[in-house]
Amino acid sequence: MSKVTALLQGTLNWVDARFPLTSNWKAHLAEYYAPKNFNFWYFFGSLAMLVLVIQIVTGILLTMHFKPDASLNASGVPVAFASVEYIMRDVPWGWLIRYMHSTGASAFFVVVYLHMFRGMLYGSYRKPRELIWIFGMLIFLALMAEAFFGYLLPWGQMSFWGAQVIVNMFSAIPLIGSDLSIWLRGDYVVGDATLNRFFAFHVVAVPLVLLGLVAAHIIALHEVGSNNPDGIEIKKKKDANGIPLDGIPFHPYYSVKDIVGVIVFLMVFSIIVFFMPEFGGYFMEYNNFFPADPLVTPPHIAPLWYFTPYYSILRAVTYPLFGIEAKFWGVLAMGAATLIFVLLPWLDRSPVKSIRYRGPLFKGFLTAFIISFLILGYLGMLAPTPARTIVAQICSVIYFAFFLLMPIYSSLDKCQPEPDRVTSK
Amino acid sequence: MSCDDTVDCNRRRLLVATATAGGVAGVAVAVPFVASMLPSERAKAAGAPVEVDISRLAPGEMMTVEWRGKPVWIINRTKEQLESLPKLDPLLADPNSERNMQPPYAKNGTRSIKPEILVTVGICTHLGCSPSEKFKTGAASGIDANWPGGFFCACHGSTFDLAGRVYKSKPAPDNLEIPPHMYLGDAKLVIGEDKKA
Repeated sequence: MSKVTALLQGTLNWVDARFPLTSNWKAHLAEYYAPKNFNFWYFFGSLAMLVLVIQIVTGILLTMHFKPDASLNASGVPVAFASVEYIMRDVPWGWLIRYMHSTGASAFFVVVYLHMFRGMLYGSYRKPRELIWIFGMLIFLALMAEAFFGYLLPWGQMSFWGAQVIVNMFSAIPLIGSDLSIWLRGDYVVGDATLNRFFAFHVVAVPLVLLGLVAAHIIALHEVGSNNPDGIEIKKKKDANGIPLDGIPFHPYYSVKDIVGVIVFLMVFSIIVFFMPEFGGYFMEYNNFFPADPLVTPPHIAPLWYFTPYYSILRAVTYPLFGIEAKFWGVLAMGAATLIFVLLPWLDRSPVKSIRYRGPLFKGFLTAFIISFLILGYLGMLAPTPARTIVAQICSVIYFAFFLLMPIYSSLDKCQPEPDRVTSK
Repeated sequence: MSCDDTVDCNRRRLLVATATAGGVAGVAVAVPFVASMLPSERAKAAGAPVEVDISRLAPGEMMTVEWRGKPVWIINRTKEQLESLPKLDPLLADPNSERNMQPPYAKNGTRSIKPEILVTVGICTHLGCSPSEKFKTGAASGIDANWPGGFFCACHGSTFDLAGRVYKSKPAPDNLEIPPHMYLGDAKLVIGEDKKA
């Protein structure tokens, strides 16, 4: 051993005697055995981590110039809105950092939706991975909160009226609703107090929760081991050393594979950031380039694309029930639509996990669910008309039927036998 | 709890008492934390009444003023518009203003003090968007051929008549709110205060 390696080894030993560095490196990377048959769908977990890092780094840089202040400056423009324009025009590279942050928000939902869909394809939520799934769903909820709070900060017209509509949803809750919405706003209208607290939630509270949940998600995953496209447990077949026969160390095999995903992702991300940061109004809405005006609602308001499926479900409920107005049931249906994923591990009664061995019933219901989710998302961007409302109502029923009928159709389904060992195509 | 050689009951009791006291303190500190998010004294004090001169508001016109951060509309309705109001009663959710969305002096057919002048908060009672004026009647309004003129909320499609009364089977549950208001002379209107106060 040369003197340098001896010195490095000595340093490592010194650290290991005081902090579990090597053992953690092994447990989570070098000796974490992941199934060898991961495919395309397995890129999105690590990409979500990448986007999280992009959002945190660009977010920290943005807070150095942004001012959460709704009062008007000398030119009559809200200070918060003006500080965003200042970032775009006067801060060196400010435009790049802000476009990375705004594109990152949409990219986050793209990769998270695909990551969730992977879980549904291969039954990754099934026993023993229920807690991984629940932590993941909590991450999804925290992410929606983070996006909502962040969207108010530029203090544009869509920021203002979006927050106005969402906060007013809480007022639909019987008895406590109107006090609750005042408490959330910190004022009787969306104003400076609201902007300041949304800033606190967006840059401190929710990111802390998010990081904790991501840690819990990964610790739980590494405790039980990853699922795979065949939906079978690789830990059932181990070699003499107790290593799964179909497992390969995460590092270097999947760390290298994920770098390929990262490169492709960053190519697409850069094209959007540099050439189409508004993405035709889908990533940044045109009306948000006007400062917030509490007296005038833009003629057409819609949430950003990642909320539109749930927004459609909210609007689809138009009937009062049990003497309580439709508004409350709409809010309840929207909340249920986001939370119902949590129940998947217990709704699914199929003997197999992966779509590869499932029967036609599950495949049909999953297809119908995805199509109705996409239609709801599309309708949520448009103004409501009676015909569109009926389509949204049908799609909402399919959305919930996928979950609520699952105990029946997943147990009736004609499944194929699972293989003993993983298959690679 | 059984007391034997392994459990010292006195210490166990002390432990439970200490943990309870600590828990109570922990819950108690949540009260100021939660309460700090309520509207501040400054926010409560804001919202002084607004004085408006309506002498230049011609019949058929509307103006918007800000009161407590919300748009307040003042509409000078024409005779034809006023005459159309009672005919709409069967189409409305609360034609007689039974629900408490207005001061008692505005609980009448026109929902106003002076019949022609409507003063109303321009915030939809559904989710708080500000509806837009659709005073043109019929197909020209872009709503439908029988549209008698009123307000349309683009967010979720609620419609209101020229007295701020909500149509049936719309997302908005209530009529538009009529704020407390009074007249100081013929053309001087005060919003946010009435004679009682």
